Parts: sequence; structure tokens; C-alpha cells
Amino acid sequence: MSSHQRPLSPHLQVYRWQLTMAMSIVHRITGVALAVGTLLLVWWLLAAASGPESYETARACLGSWLGRLLLFGWSYALFYHLFNGIRHLGWDLGLGFEIKTAYATGWTVVAVSILVTVATWIAAYAAMGAL
Amino acid sequence: MVEFTLPRNSKVQTGETHKAPAGAKNIKKFKVYRWDPDKGDNPRLDTYEVDMDHCGPMVLDALIKIKNEMDSTLTFRRSCREGVCGSCAMNIDGTNTLACTKYCADMKGDVKIYPLPHMPVIKDLVPDLDAPYAQYRSIEPWLKSDSPAPERERPQSVEERAKLDGLWECILCFCCSTSCPSYWWNGDRYLGPAVLLQAYRWLADSRDEAAGERLDALEDPFRLYRCHTIMNCTKTCPKSLNPAKAIAEIKKLMVERRT
Repeated sequence: MSSHQRPLSPHLQVYRWQLTMAMSIVHRITGVALAVGTLLLVWWLLAAASGPESYETARACLGSWLGRLLLFGWSYALFYHLFNGIRHLGWDLGLGFEIKTAYATGWTVVAVSILVTVATWIAAYAAMGAL
Repeated sequence: MVEFTLPRNSKVQTGETHKAPAGAKNIKKFKVYRWDPDKGDNPRLDTYEVDMDHCGPMVLDALIKIKNEMDSTLTFRRSCREGVCGSCAMNIDGTNTLACTKYCADMKGDVKIYPLPHMPVIKDLVPDLDAPYAQYRSIEPWLKSDSPAPERERPQSVEERAKLDGLWECILCFCCSTSCPSYWWNGDRYLGPAVLLQAYRWLADSRDEAAGERLDALEDPFRLYRCHTIMNCTKTCPKSLNPAKAIAEIKKLMVERRT
């Protein structure tokens, strides 16, 4: 027996990133982002309930470019988590486990979540008459 | 526990370069993880320049050529050289597979070879697999039956037998378990895809009568439910099996027995 402590073989450092593992960690990150974003939503609702002045403050913050960027990220997180969540529901039923299918549904979720986010923002700006 | 970086004694350093013999025209570089238990040094990545004009097609052929002709200290497991024993499982070009069924020509540029990820290393490309073997033992991988043994074999219909296809072929190389981030972070309590596929192999067997007991043993936040359908297992399996699907089937059985 060797007296030297055995090293741990490299893992994240050497493993080639796969679409499926990247989407898995993004699902978790967007889940956390949604939880934090919900606090933002609560703040906005509280501000709306507390009167015009506090609402104006919230509106100015969320309407700033930084606020809009956060809202954009939050809306992407919502759609990604939603569509990938549907993919997970399929897996819970035992469906879509073939690698080909998992990649097809994976790329579909990536594409659809981006498209729907952009479409939502275009619709929102159009509704405000800003387009 | 989640730990993204390697412990201090495990960080990989640059190693030596072993030049190809003069006159070699078709050289491929193999960068191979080395660790010598007899020295206190950190692991290192040695480079071997292999003359591919005089080498078999598989990564295992290259490793054997290196050991025979360039550096006899290189240590790795191998046996059948045809993908049925699972001994030469290692991380090649970023994913886990069997060195004996992986073509050198599949990889452009240098070939990087590491032991199976996130395991204690015994020497060079030889990981310590005691933990996954003990987990395999824990699922009691044998036929359990209370009914008296029949005089002849226990008959199975063609359909019942077909349920074992995609399960019995597993060679326990642990490519899948060691590709799973969940197993990396919680391998002490999560059983991992290889062992769970084996667990399902016995749950799916029409002759086995211990399904309830087997499911009881698996019903645990860690042993089974650390699987988050990351799918690295199925992606990397050198036998093209589907451990992720087998785990999903176990989860379904858990739900079904409650209703």
C-alpha cells in the first residue's frame, strides 16, 4: 500500500460540455433567477399598493435600462424554465430518453424560449406604442 | 458535496514529452494522465508522440504501443480488447468510453486521456472502483424468489424476456456513473446510473419476486432521487444503453405503487 494520499481524478476540468448537461444546469439557474425575480415582482406590487409616489420610484427603477435588462433576463428565465419544464414532464412519463430525441427537444427548447422572449418584448413595446 | 475545483494534491501538472522515433511520418500526440503512488508528486500530463503508421486503430492499441515501446511504467486496465469486459473505461477526448472501441482517427489533433472522472486514483489511468462495486452489492443483484424452486428452469415468455433487453448488456464499466455531475457531488450517497440500471434490471425481471423490498431500499432522497435527468450517462454509454431511461422507469414504479 502506498503511503501517499490518492488524488481525485479531474472531472469538470476535463469533461466535454454536453448540450444536455448545460441545459440541466441552466434549468437550475433559471429556477433560482425566477425565485429572486419573484421578490422583484412582490416589491413592484407592494409599491403599487403603497401609493403613487412609491409606485413612481418602482416604475423608474424597472424602467431604467438596467431594470429592463433584468426584466428581459427574468422573462427569458421564465420561458426557458417553462419549456424545459415541459421537457422534464415528458421524461417523468418515461418519454424522450433517446439521445436523438433529447437533443431535438433540447434545441427546440433553446430556440423556442429565445423566440418567445423576443416576441413578448416586441409585443410589449408595440402595446406601449413605442415601436 | 459540490466542489468545482480539484484538491491541492490532485491538480494536474505538465509532464514529460516522449518523442516519436526518428523517421516517423504520421505522428499523433497522446496526452496521458500520470500519477505515481510511490512518489509524493502531483499528477501530471505526459505527452507521447505515437507513430500511427505502426499502430493499431484503437486508443487501446496506442496505449499498449506506448507501454511496450516507449514507457513501460504507464499503467492502465485492459483485458478483452473488444468492448465486453469494461476494464479499459477511461475519459478520452472529454467523454468516458472504452479505449478498445474508440478509434484514434475519431479525434482530430491531440488525444487527451484521463482516468474516469471524480474517482480516487490508484495509479495513472486506474481508478479505485471499490465504492461503486459496494453500491452494486447493496442492490442485491441476484434473483430473489419466495416460491419454491421449480424442478427445471423458471420459464419466461418472450415478452417478459424482452423487458431485459437494454439492461443485461451492461458491462459495469462505470463510464456512465463517473460522467454524472450528480454522482460527482453526491457519489457517497447517490447510487449512480450504472447501479440504478442494474437495480432496474432486477425490478424488470418477471422471475424476481422482491420488487417491493427492492423499491423500499431505493426510496430515498439520495440513493435514487439525486438523478436530475442530466443525461450524461446515456450520452456516454459505450454500449449505447439508456441508464437515464432505466432510472425514470424506477421513478415511475415508485409512483405507481402508491396509487
